[in-house]
Amino acid sequence: MSYCPHTDKEIEKMLRVIGADSVPDLFSDIPDDLRAGELALENGKSEFEVMGKLEKLSANCSAGRISFTGGGFYDHFIPSAVDALSQMSGFLTSYTPYQSECSQGTLQALYEYQTAICRLTGLDGANASVYDGGTALAEGIMMAARKTMRKKIVIDACVNPLYRDIVKTYFSGQGFEILEIAPDGCAVDREKFIKAIDDNTAAVVIQNPNFFGTVDDYSDITAAAHSAGAQAVGSFYPVAMALLKTPAETGFDIATGEGQSLGMPLSFGGPYLGYVAATSACLRNLPGRIVGATCDSEGRRGFVLTLQAREQHIRRERASSNICSNQNLCAIRALIYLSLAGKKGFREVAELSRDKSEYAKELIGKIPSIKIKNTAPTFNEFVFETDLPADTVLEAMSKSGIDAGIALGGFYKGFEKSVLISFTEKSRKEDIDFFARELENFLTERK
Amino acid sequence: MKLIYEKSVEGRKGVRIPVRDVKHYPFLPVDLLRKKPADLPSVSEFNTVRHFSALEKKNFSIDSNFYPLGSCTMKYNPKVLESAANLPGFRNLHPFLSYSARGLEAAQGALEILYNMEKALASLTGMDEISFQPMAGAHGEFAGIKIAAAYHAVRGEHRKIVLVPDTSHGTNPASSAMAGFDVVTIPSDKNGEMDMGEYRKKLNGSVAAVMMTCPNTLGIFNRNIKEVCGLARKAGALTYCDGANMNAVLGKMRPGDAGFDIMHLNMHKTFATPHGGGGPGAGPVCVKKYLSDFLPGEAVRKDDDGRFVIVKRPRSVGRLAPFFGNFGVLVKAYAYILLMGGDGLTDACEKAVLNANYIKAALEKFYELPYKRRCMHECVFSASAQAKKGVRALDIAKFLIDRGFHPPTIYFPLIVKEALMIEPTETESIETMDEFIKIMKEAASLAEEDPEAFKKMPVNSCVGRMDETAAARKLDIKYSK
Repeated sequence: MSYCPHTDKEIEKMLRVIGADSVPDLFSDIPDDLRAGELALENGKSEFEVMGKLEKLSANCSAGRISFTGGGFYDHFIPSAVDALSQMSGFLTSYTPYQSECSQGTLQALYEYQTAICRLTGLDGANASVYDGGTALAEGIMMAARKTMRKKIVIDACVNPLYRDIVKTYFSGQGFEILEIAPDGCAVDREKFIKAIDDNTAAVVIQNPNFFGTVDDYSDITAAAHSAGAQAVGSFYPVAMALLKTPAETGFDIATGEGQSLGMPLSFGGPYLGYVAATSACLRNLPGRIVGATCDSEGRRGFVLTLQAREQHIRRERASSNICSNQNLCAIRALIYLSLAGKKGFREVAELSRDKSEYAKELIGKIPSIKIKNTAPTFNEFVFETDLPADTVLEAMSKSGIDAGIALGGFYKGFEKSVLISFTEKSRKEDIDFFARELENFLTERK
Repeated sequence: MKLIYEKSVEGRKGVRIPVRDVKHYPFLPVDLLRKKPADLPSVSEFNTVRHFSALEKKNFSIDSNFYPLGSCTMKYNPKVLESAANLPGFRNLHPFLSYSARGLEAAQGALEILYNMEKALASLTGMDEISFQPMAGAHGEFAGIKIAAAYHAVRGEHRKIVLVPDTSHGTNPASSAMAGFDVVTIPSDKNGEMDMGEYRKKLNGSVAAVMMTCPNTLGIFNRNIKEVCGLARKAGALTYCDGANMNAVLGKMRPGDAGFDIMHLNMHKTFATPHGGGGPGAGPVCVKKYLSDFLPGEAVRKDDDGRFVIVKRPRSVGRLAPFFGNFGVLVKAYAYILLMGGDGLTDACEKAVLNANYIKAALEKFYELPYKRRCMHECVFSASAQAKKGVRALDIAKFLIDRGFHPPTIYFPLIVKEALMIEPTETESIETMDEFIKIMKEAASLAEEDPEAFKKMPVNSCVGRMDETAAARKLDIKYSK
């Protein structure tokens, strides 16, 4: 099977124009000893057969279960219009808007997306997105390193452990010192963290709410960073930003985060959306694509890719990043989602997610052998501890059809009996009730 | 056209949020809260639908226009690929599940896709193992250069240089620099291939890696690649193949057989996943056996019971993505491979090369062809003759927009003056290409007769030429009202 329209007659005609005897002739530059042998692939199949195979493979995946799994990636409700609109050909099958006159749809949408990110973060400018929340954080720290010309990074270990891994990969082997400050319970160890900031520090790195779900005000930490000449870089969950003190109000220079919650399905890890926003002092240092408004010769408003002189296709090895794409369709999905939810609805999503989490916390907090580990306020997730290894608890819940969260022992010492559990506006009260009952029953039986 | 914010009416509501079934809890302390709500649009669902439908029409796209953007492989994206990625089992699968025993159970189907995909891509490239973490081509390059760095570090060697030809994509030097390497550029010879004399001179014990695109960005197959790889090996350097142009050799030649140690593939080019206006893509990085321990992220293996398991790699360069990269894109690419099969992929490659050579032959009397030889999947012309009359590559691009054709890639590769880089891909019909050829000829004659006419173009699009200088000088990147 292939999607080529060529008939034999057309092929003959084309070969005549080219002046070649046969199609294989066109490959004469490939030396004989490099010719590929038979491919170890089956022949092509019809759409019907392929979908049959994929349906079978997808059927054994997790659909239809109760899930309270989060950890930075959340099952928020996605309105149908997000799929319908983002799947339109003009968005789905176009490419990078280098030719602005025939790409105004993408360009205007990105300008509107950048505006939405600025309004959520309170910051002055945003780029048109990068791959995901983890690489966005790494890019944000790179911005700080370029700006300060310093080599030390102080990072709170309450930042998503997967993101910390990505940051380490980006900065390894280049003379950077990455200092991870171990948490104090489920929160930042303030004293240690602030003490670690010095004249060599390029960036202090924080997440809010942190990986344990704890919400905090980091104004003291950003102030400490600034007085040492360092930049404050953070990772922020966009839904929480509907309610929480903005990165700008908290004193962050650079805000990054994972936009998956804004209309992207979980899809086993991607494609997601990394956003990067910054104060006006940092804008020309942003990585990747940026869309700007301008006018055409008639004075009509239009949009173009701007500040391209930072980018790899012009500056090559001196570019501000090697990125040569954005998560364009995901950024457009996020914008559609934010428009559909709107100013009021987006706050409702945030409030409801938090209230479901508070309800669950209250309910399972009453179970005798359970301890809620967060001592400070939380947003839509929290950590509970039992007397049993987390995996034992999760396995038991799984038998009742519940994916009850993430075992934290693999990521943090002293958390072997802890589970991170998350809620969204989709978490049903009846499901939370059922889970609390099952959990209590299981823990009582084990006594 | 108005912005969505300009259409916003205070009090108007969009979609309904799920009904509240728990009480409202006392809220967080006030010092943790934002001062005022984010000023997002207040629009109805239907307002939103109208707005984005109108925007969508302002884009050229493969579905509506010929899009011969060189080096981007804008082939038709079969509609069934979307259905595949949207299967609920894949779409709703939480990635963190794979960290638990029960989750591994739930992810078996997804892991099987990754496992099979690795086998298929290995057989197409002649490489042995693959990491799916890189989320785009440039991300794959970065992974590859990190692998080269780790390989040399383990051997106790301090090599600081990456060699790239002057025809390379800008991402090659940028990825190398981001991984901490110095970049040295090798010029091309008169045939458009890497200058072997210069290469030999610059290849020494400090070179960590040599990055090449195969075929290169001139659309030319470098006949010396085996020698390039052999010499690098002798000098202790690794070779990296930028697989952006893999569509030109699928089923015909495997970079692994030529001696390349590392390469990446672009799912959104060769494997027909939609470009989405600039992403998301996927750029898996592929290596030979002796480098597999260094790959980013975890490996998917089959255990003795035929179950798929996730295995840590002992000397991995680390994590580049939280899980297995852009899984949703990989499902589409996998569906494409199944639909096409080995026979279909080879056929696609042949027709892609046939189409590019057809356009080259039809236009070579009208535009300067800097390298007069057979091309692979794309051909690069120069508008330098037209530029002498004052009609630059950019002007020709605007002429094409007016005629409903997306322009070729312009001003790249950098070594060709006024470059017009044309990649038709295999899915275009001869009628469409003939129409394009006709319009390109018209542009060439108009450049002779009335070069001034180009300066006003485009006139048929929703906006005319943009003042890009003003955009960069008076930076306006968000709406403020």
